[in-house]
Amino acid sequence: MRIVLEPRPVPLEPMRVGAPLIALALTIFVGSLLFIALGLNPLTTLRAYFIEPLSTSGGVSEWLLKASPLILIGLGLTVGFRANVWNIGAEGMFTMGAIAAGWLAVRFGGGGHAWLLPAMVVAGALGGIGWAAIPAFLKAKANANEILVTLMLNYVAALILSWLVNGPMKDPDGMNYPQSAPFEPSAMFPPLFEGLRINGSIFITAIAVVLAWLFLDRSFMGFQMSVGGAAPTAARYAGFSRSRAIWLGLLISGATAGLAGMMEAAGPLGQLTPVLSPGYGFTAIIVAFVGRLTPLGVVFGGLLLSLLYLGGESVQMSLNLPASLARTFQGMLLFFLLAADVLILYRVRIKRR
Amino acid sequence: MSMAPLLVPILSGTMVAATPLIYAAIGELVAERSGVLNLGVEGMMLIGTVTAFAVAFAGYPPVFAALAAAGAGALASLAFAFLALSLATNQYAAGLALTILGSGLSAFIGHDFGSSALKSIPKLHLPFLSDLPFIGPVLFHHDLMTYLALVVTGGIWWFLYRTKAGLVLRIVGESPESAHAIGYPVIRIRYLATMFGGAMAGLGGAYLALAYTPLWVENMTAGRGWIALALVVFAAWRPWRVMLGAWLFGGVTVLQLFAQGLGIEAPSELLSSLPYIATIIVLVAISRNPRTMRLNAPVSLARTFRPEG
Repeated sequence: MRIVLEPRPVPLEPMRVGAPLIALALTIFVGSLLFIALGLNPLTTLRAYFIEPLSTSGGVSEWLLKASPLILIGLGLTVGFRANVWNIGAEGMFTMGAIAAGWLAVRFGGGGHAWLLPAMVVAGALGGIGWAAIPAFLKAKANANEILVTLMLNYVAALILSWLVNGPMKDPDGMNYPQSAPFEPSAMFPPLFEGLRINGSIFITAIAVVLAWLFLDRSFMGFQMSVGGAAPTAARYAGFSRSRAIWLGLLISGATAGLAGMMEAAGPLGQLTPVLSPGYGFTAIIVAFVGRLTPLGVVFGGLLLSLLYLGGESVQMSLNLPASLARTFQGMLLFFLLAADVLILYRVRIKRR
Repeated sequence: MSMAPLLVPILSGTMVAATPLIYAAIGELVAERSGVLNLGVEGMMLIGTVTAFAVAFAGYPPVFAALAAAGAGALASLAFAFLALSLATNQYAAGLALTILGSGLSAFIGHDFGSSALKSIPKLHLPFLSDLPFIGPVLFHHDLMTYLALVVTGGIWWFLYRTKAGLVLRIVGESPESAHAIGYPVIRIRYLATMFGGAMAGLGGAYLALAYTPLWVENMTAGRGWIALALVVFAAWRPWRVMLGAWLFGGVTVLQLFAQGLGIEAPSELLSSLPYIATIIVLVAISRNPRTMRLNAPVSLARTFRPEG
């Protein structure tokens, strides 16, 4: 028995939307089998995972709060992925953005300056850009594989953060915990509603969605980058610069990841801690793929993967399941999505010999 | 203070730290030589680690644990191979999916281990050799898996350059179209090479659980799968150079540990980042020369191949 892929004369466009739905259905199916194997009722567990977290206003607030960084990072990665620039170092860029903004917050927080929060936004983006410039430079100048360089820099960024919160930036009044001093209100995004954690930073994400759409679908530069990814030879023939695509792909994703890190530090965290993100930088890769590398799709992708995180926390509390269940589901989702994507370009036939 | 008395533990520790890297990188080298780039090494190593830990923890002997880990690694690579080879999916994306899945799955399975510890597999005492001054404790005071890694390296060199099957594997990596035209089953060969890579990554992970740091910690591979991927590039896709590279990285890892132990005036976090920074430097050094890359990288690396009909 063997699988034969017959190319379709034209891509099956509805499947671009259908594939993520198929992947979600398969993930839920395999997840149910897993729940049964663990001796749980699959229906009540699925309810606890996907429905209950959204049944309160607090839950919806948490859902959007987690979706926001995922969408923001996913938008940046989309720009790179379209140009075949594989940034898997968003986690490190997120960290560096948070560090840059956090330094400003700790240094100038006491003054109650109105300029502080905007300055932190800029610093967050610059922190991510600076960290992304390393792999961009090494790729453009020395052809060093950006996948490996960005990944290695994730570990370096995490260690720099750990050093800072254990040393130079450690809160002197923090009972010896490895964390920075808590940010003053002037260094944090104001909450949108009384009693909920959702804050003004989601407007940054909303603006980024529009900007990403303008850049990717309405600008000549965005078009050049997409051609470079889809048909490198054609792009070279047309004279589209490869090195500019590398720089833009990495720096834009660095900016969004750094901003996301800044938003996390100046939002729900309110200080720098040794671990800032539950793997947003990696999950955003899945967000970009689920979102079909389109800005609007990334919004849906971010909402879905945020729900997977939230559900994981929910069943951790209600059913005492490990939080890593969420990561397992996220990995499965990407696996099934890549498999279902085959249906866009090919007809799949199973032949018996 | 003098470094001389430290030389033996540093060199001996280098061999140990290099072992998981050798397994994972040699396996990936074989896969890449067949034209398959599997970015899932980190995930497969983690699955190997948690499998070895689970089997050893249940009381089975280490040999079983290592074999089970190799099997689990191969099984995990099969999921990748199905996507990348049978369904012609982008190999980068499929490999990343495997790493994310492996990291989640291993943490999920390992959840119950808390931070339990295992007993390390024994170091072998070789008659005469282990008693040699200096050379004895450096080279001949290790466990079986450390020696096996060297045997595997030699075996893969022999296979690739001295057997017909190895030649066919290299042809598949250079020009799958030609191999297919002559009548070789390109996809099946790539499946086998990928699964070998998975089994070796599993063994590398098992070594962490059984010998190197026999204490369960989530994501305890700490990027070694990715370093192994970089090593393959550094080695210009040659087995012996993989081993040299692994020793180099093992050396950096051990040196920074000793430096931390000696209380050298540098923050421990910055010392810990040295292996990752070294990986980047080495990658840059080797990639800078476009000729090295063009002459050595398998031509069809990471390209999908779809046999007609």
